[in-house]
Amino acid sequence: MSTASQVSATAGASAAGSPVTPRGPHHEPSAWQRFRGKFDAKVVPYVLISPFFILFAVFGIFPLVYNGVVSFRRWNLKYPADDGWAGFANYSKLFSDGLFQNALINTFGIFLLSTIPQLLLALIVASLLNRKLRGQTMFRVGVLVPFITPVVASSLVFAYVFSKNYGLANAILGLFGVETTAAGTTFNGIDWRGTWWASWLAISIMVNWKWVGYNALLYLAAMQSIPKDVYEAAALDGASPWQQLWRITVPMIRPMVIFTVVLSTIGGLQLFTEPMLFGDTPDANGGSLRQWQTVGQLIYQTGWVNLNLGYAAAMSWALFIIIVVIAGFNAFLTSRIGEGSKR
Amino acid sequence: MSAPVRDQAPPSQEPKQNKPAMLSRSPQDTPAGWFNYVFLVATLLVGFFPVWWMFIVSTGDDTMLAKIPPQITPGDNFWTNFNIVMGNIPDGTQSYEYAHFGASFMYSAIVTVVITASTLFFCSLAGFAFAKLKFKGRDQLMVVVILTLTIPNQLGVVALYIIIARFGWQGQLTALIVPALVSAFGVFYMRQYILDALPDEIVESARMDGASTFRIFLTMCLPVIRPALGVLGLLTAVGAWNEFQWALIALGPGTENPTVGVALSKLASAQYPRPRISLAGSLLATIPLLVLLAVAGKQIVRGVMEGAIKS
Repeated sequence: MSTASQVSATAGASAAGSPVTPRGPHHEPSAWQRFRGKFDAKVVPYVLISPFFILFAVFGIFPLVYNGVVSFRRWNLKYPADDGWAGFANYSKLFSDGLFQNALINTFGIFLLSTIPQLLLALIVASLLNRKLRGQTMFRVGVLVPFITPVVASSLVFAYVFSKNYGLANAILGLFGVETTAAGTTFNGIDWRGTWWASWLAISIMVNWKWVGYNALLYLAAMQSIPKDVYEAAALDGASPWQQLWRITVPMIRPMVIFTVVLSTIGGLQLFTEPMLFGDTPDANGGSLRQWQTVGQLIYQTGWVNLNLGYAAAMSWALFIIIVVIAGFNAFLTSRIGEGSKR
Repeated sequence: MSAPVRDQAPPSQEPKQNKPAMLSRSPQDTPAGWFNYVFLVATLLVGFFPVWWMFIVSTGDDTMLAKIPPQITPGDNFWTNFNIVMGNIPDGTQSYEYAHFGASFMYSAIVTVVITASTLFFCSLAGFAFAKLKFKGRDQLMVVVILTLTIPNQLGVVALYIIIARFGWQGQLTALIVPALVSAFGVFYMRQYILDALPDEIVESARMDGASTFRIFLTMCLPVIRPALGVLGLLTAVGAWNEFQWALIALGPGTENPTVGVALSKLASAQYPRPRISLAGSLLATIPLLVLLAVAGKQIVRGVMEGAIKS
């Protein structure tokens, strides 16, 4: 910085001191200036991006690749002497692993129960927000409260709300006369951790709660970029607001719907924190019979409870492939549904 | 469509207004009905419910959750529960000092501040280079950034753990901070913003005047991207404060220097978990973010909505 100002200062002084040889604005640059200009154009851009790319390469891209390498190795922190190449052993084990299949089924069950209501509710909230509204900012900020609430904190609340004996949910269900009799005892409400479907439902409620507002704002952003004359042209047949939403608005924001479907597929299939805190043990078992153990939890359990890093790496790769396939399939499906309603 | 109709029909001629009445307004121009307000208020109440329930339970005693019908008004034990969760006093014979909840606030604050500051600096530098400088391989490198945006982070987690273990960072805050110092989303977001916000002519004329690239970044780029820095900073801070899975893996469940999330999970997996204690902790962990939302909610909303449109 200082050298730059010095150079220009001396140049200015010499020009002022020798009026006999006036130099135009395009005076010959000195060797140093030329070097500096070249350096600035050729090297500086890379200097500016290098902190990002160095960190990004070491902690972002390299782990992705290295994870693949690890998945082909025996890498168990309990038996370090046993380390070595495993070939496809981790993967072939995966195909016949009942625990992995169970975790996959749980993950998909929770994913379906949480994604579909989540996006439908988000569409409705977005269309409610997409009006001339008093207190507009307050409502938009308000729907983000679940998004900023730490997921550990909110999951803990729900874990207690869905407790069998002292939970708020069962107390309320009890007021409506919902009772369960199991093993000779009768209690209000449902045993939320006792069955597959009840635990899936409880966890899905946590996920839905957290993401409806966020997705609603994404939809709102898309809705506000729809040209207004689309509505003027299409409303001649006297469509109700509800019909307007499904016939005009939703088809018009289809790219955003596809985007959110992909986003919630990526997030939903990696679900970890909610099921983790729904159980009260740190072993990531997801219930005594693994009723709600997700793949995310199983990877954690395999890698950091059982210390089998090689197998955990293979699971991560399998999960990644599954996410890519499902996200692609969902995007395709959504675009087809959108086309259907357009016709 | 409506304009020509209005031109032909002077306001005095009533019957001609038939047609404009048929033209409906876009939803944004339609005033909200009472049901809009009712549903939206209900949505806000549901969204706020866990925070409220944290507060109610954290003011109670052990008998509170067993009451039927449920107690929905606060009790008067908040300060007791607050002191227990902070480790100041034991709960009967059980001390919760082992969770290091009080100290976890400091650890989370350190992690959040360092990650946010570094993300803002490095991502705006790189975003500026990608938006306004010409260099070989620029477009290819940008494609790499965008591609990695869509890769689920869980994919690399085993390898990342092995790397930080090699560096000897297990159980240390360094393991949480260094991998998160930059983000692909940050570069992408800053690039998109700088493309529009900083005109090429200004950069060019500054260059003609002999300003170096770094000087242009400092004196011309930084001032105009302050709104974007605010948005990215808020989103980064919220994410860093709430991060749980990687913190649990990298620090380990038995850690002595947990983040707030890890400390909360330790409280919850106690041998005899006490909702009033762990929810007092949850409330404390949530308050900083509620304050942030109250102060800068507008910018956070903008970030969510703009981030969506730009991608």
